[in-house]
Parts: sequence; structure tokens; C-alpha cells
Amino acid sequence: MCGIVGLFCKTDTHRHELGRLTEVMLGEMGDRGPDSAGFAVYDAGRPGRTRITVLAGRLSVDWAPVAADLEAALNAEVTVRAVHDHAVFSTDGDGRAARQWLIDHVAGATVLAYGSQIELYKAVGYPDQVAERYDLASRTGTHALAHTRMATESAITTAGSHPFATGADTCLVHNGSLSNHNRLRRFLEAHGESFQTENDSEVAAGYLSWRIRSGDSISEALVGALDDLDGFYTFAIGVADGFAILRDPIACKPAVVAETDDWVAMSSEYRAIARLPGAVDAEVWEPEPARIYSWSLAA
Amino acid sequence: MSTLGRVFDLAQVSRRELNQALHNAAGGESFEVVNPRGAHAVACGITADIDVVVRGSVGYYCAGMHQQGRVRVEGNASTGLAENIMSGEVHITGNATMSAGATGCGGLLVVGGNSGARCGISMKGVNIVVGGNVGHMSAFMAQAGNLVVCGDAAADLGDSIYEAQIFVRGDVESLGADCVEKEVRPEHVDTVSRLLAAAGEAASGVDPSNFRRYGSARRLYNFTIDDVDAAQAAARAARWDAPVGGVYGESAVREMQRERSDELAESLDDGREDAG
Repeated sequence: MCGIVGLFCKTDTHRHELGRLTEVMLGEMGDRGPDSAGFAVYDAGRPGRTRITVLAGRLSVDWAPVAADLEAALNAEVTVRAVHDHAVFSTDGDGRAARQWLIDHVAGATVLAYGSQIELYKAVGYPDQVAERYDLASRTGTHALAHTRMATESAITTAGSHPFATGADTCLVHNGSLSNHNRLRRFLEAHGESFQTENDSEVAAGYLSWRIRSGDSISEALVGALDDLDGFYTFAIGVADGFAILRDPIACKPAVVAETDDWVAMSSEYRAIARLPGAVDAEVWEPEPARIYSWSLAA
Repeated sequence: MSTLGRVFDLAQVSRRELNQALHNAAGGESFEVVNPRGAHAVACGITADIDVVVRGSVGYYCAGMHQQGRVRVEGNASTGLAENIMSGEVHITGNATMSAGATGCGGLLVVGGNSGARCGISMKGVNIVVGGNVGHMSAFMAQAGNLVVCGDAAADLGDSIYEAQIFVRGDVESLGADCVEKEVRPEHVDTVSRLLAAAGEAASGVDPSNFRRYGSARRLYNFTIDDVDAAQAAARAARWDAPVGGVYGESAVREMQRERSDELAESLDDGREDAG
């Protein structure tokens, strides 16, 4: 099992309480994944400025020297703030290069996400506690994805928790299991993707990252995923201006979507959606198998 | 239905308390459930001739293992609605997700809206009436009973079906292995007419003579090597032949699939050969 929630604010009405609503939804999915949890929140950010969320896996890290070294490497200003055992770096420099530098130079650290709009937090523990530790409730923004994990394919570790970043401002949460992830991981490594865990869902994230780097749109990358990923999945994918959903052709892993004039929400179970304002009057349906659904701020 | 029903507010009392009261109830009692908020296993295991109205949407396995009584849900239901229903009636006004009426042995299930994937999977005598559409692989391995669909049916309808009957008014995207269209005779119109009447508002105004009938070709009952093609088709349907669509039209999606990386396709195909 595992639990997925996603909330996309189409209008300004609920953006000030995006984090609080996401926390409520995440809490409802605690039973589906008590091992660990994580969330990604998208806000407006600042154009041209990249944030990189890093997991240290321990407290009391002195991030200032790391930021200074990164600043020298990028030849661009870098700031950093610690959030419990995570840190969020911010720079005007090359975001992708900053991500790689942090992976290469900070021993024991895992880079969770990078982009101008995304911040991403994850931890082992009951989902309610994870949400509280990283203060999900106070966050504002346009959309958020969150995940509660009951591990099947790899160990219960913080780095193995979801969401997984798949490129700039792009991340993925997964309910299911992939059966061809080892071979696919080797293929992707040979084509420039780097993996930080043994997790099957990270391979799915890397696959999308590779397709997008190769020039695909997110929808085109998901069409490819239908052919190239073997296994069970309900995916929710966050991108800079919205999110997308894909279920495998058999569609055993649950998903339900609800939409109002103000928001689109998806979850593994309706009870997460039932807690949202206006849920009673929302249009509710089950996404069809092998069909790509997406919502965008631009639309 | 009595107007003196007991009210259970699931924002105040536990679902276990509700279900225990339903299990303890004597025939003729009536109940109202408010604030279900997607809770699982609401009104499960009823055995007495009682009436239950649920005001709002429910989660998994609502009215599972149902006998005798009547459950009405004013809202949507998630996976496994009325799973293994034995007798009595379950009506919902909204949509159901996966596996509604799964393994049902008797009674009547009515879904006012659409029903998702595998509606009536392995049904064993239940009658199911869906006011809207049903999802892919509905009536998969169905053994007895009737599935009446007032809208459309998605891919692989009736795959590996035994003796259940399927009636569809709208379009059928594709039939599953060993499922074929059959002649509609007067007794079939009578069956549909009776079930539409029993469904009430969910099927009001629907003409029973507008349905086509589908059932088993009976080629998979006893396997012979002559039927290997049909058996393989069943296996393929279960794995690969699901519909592809989405934000692009189907033809555009298929075009993109053709254009995908040959290099990766070859790599993955090599893997399948290694595994074999």
C-alpha cells in the first residue's frame, strides 16, 4: 500500500492555506503508509532564482561553509536556511550545476529537489509527525503533492521516501511497484541520470527526467512511461505550473479525483478529499487506466 | 421506510458503533447515517430486513456482504461497493470506483452514475444496474446474474465470462476474450425491463428494448489446444491491450509511442529475453 495526495489551487481562494489543507489530506492517508512520508510544495518563487532542498539526515549541520564553497563553485550568490535536518539553498546561479555540486561535495547528503518553485521534505515516521516537523501547515503556494509510504520494494529510509524529484521543479509520488526497475536504472545511468537510492520509484522519476531532458513534454514522457515501465502504478507528478496523473493499464492501485471551480484534488482514497472545503459539491471521478490527466495554471 | 429512523453521525460516533447497531437491529428498523466523509466499511454485514440511508460519500467496501436489507447512499462510493452482496438492495445515487458488486451472489446493486473498472468482477448471481458507464474489464469472469449498463462499456467487457448476461445500451469499446454479442429475445427484454423498474430513478425513462446482449461463447470452459488463440488473447487483454488516450487524441498518442526511443525498447526487450 501507500497513500498519495495532491492539491492544485486553480484560483487564489485557498493558496494561503495550501499547506494546512495538504496536511489534513496527508493525515487521512496515514493508515495507508505509516512508515514514512514526504511532501512537495510549489509557490511562486522568484524568477531566475533556484532553490535546492537537501536532506542531511542529521541535525546540527553547519551549512554556512557549504554555502560559501558552493558560492565559489558557481561563481554566484548562495544563501541557505536550515529546516530541521533539511536545508534549502537558494542561488541565482546554475541550478542543475548546484544540485550536482551538492551531491558530489556534501558527504551523506541527499539532494531532494531543485527548481525555482519547489521545496521538498521527507522523513521516516508517522505522516502527521512528518508534516508537523517541517511545518507543512504554514506553507502557502499553488499546489502540493504528498505521500505516505508502506515500503515494499526497498528499505524504510528517509531517502527512500517520496516524493522523488525528476528534474527542475518536477517531482513524482508513486503507489505501486515496478518490476523492471533494475534494468531500467542501468539504462538510465548509462544515459546520464544519477540515482541516490535503490528505490523503484526513483527509477520512474529518473525515467521522466531523462525523457524531459531529451525534449519531451511531461505528457509525452508519460506516454513513454506507459510502454517502458512494467508494474503497478498510480503516479502523481508535480510540475512548475500544475500536476499530472497516470495509472497503469490494469489500474489496480486506487485513485480518485475531485474538482471544483477553485481546486483539483487527487488522492488514493476519497476520505482525504472529503475534508476539503467545498468537497460536497465537487465533481468526483476515478481516473481511467493508461490515460494522462493534467492541470495547468496556464490553462 | 419508517420516518423514525435512528440517526448516526459519523463525525460523533465510530463506524464500529454504527455497524454493531445495524447488526443488532431487528427487521423493520430504519437508520440514517450522516457525515460519512469517505469512511470505509460503512453499513457492512447487514443481515436483517432494515433500511439504511447514508447522506454523503463513502469509502471502500460499503454495504459489503449485504443480506436482506436496503442501503441507499446519497453520494459516491469507492472500491468494493456491495462486495459479495447475497440478497437485498444497495442503491447509490453517484459514481462508484473499482470493483462494484464484486463476487455478488444475489440481490440488486444500483449505481446511479458511472461505475469504474471491473464492475461486477466474478459476479455469481447479483443483478447490477448502472445508470451511466462502466470501466474496463467489467463482468470479468462473471459467473451468473445480470449486468445492465445504461451508458457505455470500456475495453474488454466480459473477459473470460461464464454464464452471466450483460446488457449495454451504449457503445462497447471492445469485448474481452470469449465474450460475444448474442441475440436479444423477448425474455431478455423482459429481464432488462424488470431490472430497470427495480432500479427506479437511476434508470427512469430508459427503454428496455434499446439494449444489446453479451455473454459467453463458452470456448474457455474446457481448454483445448484449438482455443489457444482465445486464451492468449485473454492473457494479452489482461496485460497490454488497455485503452490509451488522455490529453492527446488516441491516434496522436499511438504515433508518439511509435516514435519513442528504439534504443530503450531494444534494451528492455533484451531484458525480457534474458528473463525468459
